[in-house]
Amino acid sequence: MAYFNKVLVANRGEIARRIIRTCQQLNIETVAVYSEADAQAPFVSEATEAVCIGPAQAKKSYLDIEKIIQAAKETGADAIHPGYGFLSENPVFAGRCEQENIVFIGPSAKVMETMGSKLEAREQMKKAGVPVVPGSVGRLSSIEEALAVAEELGYPLMLKASAGGGGIGMQLVHSREELQKAFDSTIQKAESFFNDGAVFLEKWISHPRHIEVQVAADRFGNIVHLFERECSVQRRNQKVVEESPSPFLDEALREQLLAAAVRGVKEIGYTNVGTMEFIFDEHKNFYFLEMNTRLQVEHPVTEEITGLDLVEWQLRIAAGEELPLQQHEIHKSGHAIECRLYAEDPNTFFPSPGHLTKLTLPQKEVRLDFGVQEGNDVTPFYDPMIGKIIVHGTSRDEAIKKMERALAQMDVQGLKTNLTLLEDIMKNDEFISGDYTTQFLEKKKVQLER
Amino acid sequence: MTGAAKKVLSPIPGVFYRKPSPDKDVYVKEGDAVKEGDVIGLVEVMKNFYEIKAEAAGVLEKFLVNEEDVLDAGQEIAVIVAES
Repeated sequence: MAYFNKVLVANRGEIARRIIRTCQQLNIETVAVYSEADAQAPFVSEATEAVCIGPAQAKKSYLDIEKIIQAAKETGADAIHPGYGFLSENPVFAGRCEQENIVFIGPSAKVMETMGSKLEAREQMKKAGVPVVPGSVGRLSSIEEALAVAEELGYPLMLKASAGGGGIGMQLVHSREELQKAFDSTIQKAESFFNDGAVFLEKWISHPRHIEVQVAADRFGNIVHLFERECSVQRRNQKVVEESPSPFLDEALREQLLAAAVRGVKEIGYTNVGTMEFIFDEHKNFYFLEMNTRLQVEHPVTEEITGLDLVEWQLRIAAGEELPLQQHEIHKSGHAIECRLYAEDPNTFFPSPGHLTKLTLPQKEVRLDFGVQEGNDVTPFYDPMIGKIIVHGTSRDEAIKKMERALAQMDVQGLKTNLTLLEDIMKNDEFISGDYTTQFLEKKKVQLER
Repeated sequence: MTGAAKKVLSPIPGVFYRKPSPDKDVYVKEGDAVKEGDVIGLVEVMKNFYEIKAEAAGVLEKFLVNEEDVLDAGQEIAVIVAES
């Protein structure tokens, strides 16, 4: 692949290492950018060259658009891979790259902006015939309008910020009184967090399952899916365990879901890899939730069942190539599971930074995407996820057994991690049955406290 | 007369903030009276916010750290002089 000579990785931790690995395989040079807190991190030494872009706090380093652009210009990078989080879904950053003639490895700034607005995304999906959660049309301009819409939809409802994300700017309301109470404060929160006070109402789905579809599209209008990922094991609206295929879907329902995802992507003119997130209700109805216009944390489970390298696909698409494969050439095989190792208390989920005095990892049958090594500090400045353990088996049962064996071989000392929680999940009857919802961890916690 | 001075410590490492969000006012100014349990600041650790509370009623005499300082676990944040 000759399109890019040098790619700057605008991220840190395990995903920076992951991107560097594929670039090396494709003989592309890499530039790591890092904060002062990450000077000793493995990704810094693994890149061809590295540039310190500022102090520990993300807004002074990894979120500072101009410092990253400057590092790219100084090092002569011809493309920037944003990873996930940080600036990966920031249309201003993508726009700045375009201005400087640096390729942003992701979709266009315009598409990113459209999908960053939940209201706009809902409208686009409706046009494409992709089901969305029943709710209000457009932003709610007054409490009177909200109350009227709520009467029509019926409680309980979710009051949501259009620009919201990560569980912020959402309020569940069960009655007229609760909606009256929540309306102004939700708008205020949306304004102060996201600089956008637009809110809307959505029907609340009880016992939902979170299932997403990996998609890829090139500039020539070719679009494919790479099957689904089941992501219902969550705490605080963040994923802990992911698997593919989803044990909840039968073939007919899977086909419907995958087709809907591809339709939605086609409607918005998306390019590069992305993820369409859906929720399923108890009656197996599914609804579009949002689109992640970037590589996902949990992309390895898709790579394991398809044998494909999604970072390589991102690079090829961004370089202007056609998709490497057509839909009929993409197959899935077996079952993959990913566990996220978080530096946090396994029961309260409270973060636990510290010095990694020991990190023993499993040796066989497992893929390890880790951002740290023994002797590193896990600092308080960034996400608590320190690594991912990924297994592949011929069946779901085999994958669960492999994961159990892998986790049993691990030893992490110097800080708290959720390792024991991950082990419990692999042995949990409800998880093993495959019949679990996003309430799984909450329910499990309640049982433990009894 | 003034009562005993008590130091408020951060139980966790992280970044210290005196305001609930960048465009809001500080929780408490030096010289303000505080009640037990009043929030006097936030520490951000791994994208989570931990509230720092006054452990006793009194007057918040002085902050020992600045907005956005990086704290170690156990670091002294402020001095509260108890009512007497």
